[in-house]
Amino acid sequence: MQIQPTVLNETGTAICMASIFLVPLVGAGLALVNTGFGRGRSAAHSMLSAMCVFAVAVLVYLVIGFGFQGFAGEPAHLVNLGGRQWNLLGAERLMMRGVGFNGSALSLVACLQLFSVGIAAIIPLGAGSDRWRLGASCASTAILAGITYPIFAHWVWGGGWLAQLGGLTGCGNGALDAGGAGVIQAVGGLTALSITWILGPRHGKYEMSGMAIPGHNMVMVLFGCMLTLVGWMGLDTAGALLFAGASTNSIALIAVNNVVAASIALLTALIVTGIRFGKPDASITANGFVIGMVAVSGVCSLVSPAEAAAIGLVAGIMVPFSVELLDALGVDDPSGSISVHAVGGLWGVIATGLLIQGHPRQWLAQMAMLAALLGFVLPLTYGLNLLLNRVYPQRITKDGERQGLDMCELGGGAYPELTPVTKDYLYR
Amino acid sequence: MKAAGFLLLFAGFAIVLSTFVLLSSDAPRGAFVLSGIAVQLLGLVLTFRAHYTLGEGH
Repeated sequence: MQIQPTVLNETGTAICMASIFLVPLVGAGLALVNTGFGRGRSAAHSMLSAMCVFAVAVLVYLVIGFGFQGFAGEPAHLVNLGGRQWNLLGAERLMMRGVGFNGSALSLVACLQLFSVGIAAIIPLGAGSDRWRLGASCASTAILAGITYPIFAHWVWGGGWLAQLGGLTGCGNGALDAGGAGVIQAVGGLTALSITWILGPRHGKYEMSGMAIPGHNMVMVLFGCMLTLVGWMGLDTAGALLFAGASTNSIALIAVNNVVAASIALLTALIVTGIRFGKPDASITANGFVIGMVAVSGVCSLVSPAEAAAIGLVAGIMVPFSVELLDALGVDDPSGSISVHAVGGLWGVIATGLLIQGHPRQWLAQMAMLAALLGFVLPLTYGLNLLLNRVYPQRITKDGERQGLDMCELGGGAYPELTPVTKDYLYR
Repeated sequence: MKAAGFLLLFAGFAIVLSTFVLLSSDAPRGAFVLSGIAVQLLGLVLTFRAHYTLGEGH
């Protein structure tokens, strides 16, 4: 059974396009968050890396990624199992040659996906902060945009087997993910986890007990969080219209759910860190704001504001404990990307199954999506990045890390008047 | 231990996948899906544990 493609009227197309134009703000906000959480001596490198991986993601996705992803109702590779035809992989033409840019839903999907894959590519940068080489992050992004992301996005958004679970096995509407809690956030977050495992912790992080390496600019982090809210409403609106069958009437609901989930998650994280540490922690509270949006994005057009608040509340409780647990497990994630995007995204996938109304056995489809993320995306992205690490070491040298990535890789820093200029640190 | 962890992650995914292909009634399907997720959680614990040990060695 094939999934029927989305058809939008003129109003829907206009609103969808306007929403897509807001999506790059999510990338800009996340880039600011990642940079603020990193060290000052790697700040310019961090922002440049965000722009570079965005560019690589867009180009690789244009050339091969969209061919693998495709869209519902478009050509695909099928396999016959148990007497049923399962849709495994898109079979679009390379370079988006099969897409008619005429306002069709397919053209809108192609446009939205260029930005979405860029966002997914920026997420791991926060986890690899202060030690991930520019060239290696670009190469890793090529893997993400060319292989990992499109395959999984096809399964959920391209009429793939996860989306078919509704029609073929009676599991609700098949895997649902309106704004990309699983497809964008969890894929990006699990890639961040793989990168952190491969790179190892920053020097000095675990060498002295109780050592924390604070971010260099918390104002940048908090402003980045606010910026993401604007983009997130666009991302969720466009995603809900194109992938969840939402009507233009639900736009206000999507915006309200986003703001409510982000707000309650922020306040929850503020209170939890206040209780645990004696004073609220600005960095974890900022992460609370983002995880609220991450978690609700999967089901943004399908739940009431009260249910969105419940999702945000749980997400806000999860983030401080996740950050602490990962730290205790030796996972050095300076910006909390794994806690926010992987943990929040997975929670969003589960919450969709728990809270959605009128779709019997929807939770089974959501569990299948969760299993695919943990059992397919994580091993695949880890394996491919490990292979990349063998041919092109991803981590900067110890001396380079001491100098800072700005000086080591770019030859100039973000804040030259604050950087000691000695013989070691001469500009190119 | 790292390889075993990733193997368990994939094995749990395979259990969930085969559930939808082979089973049709709700109760066993739900049980097998939850079993697959439980296997994956075990794999995740092993993978984290393996990387923690590697980090200590490093």
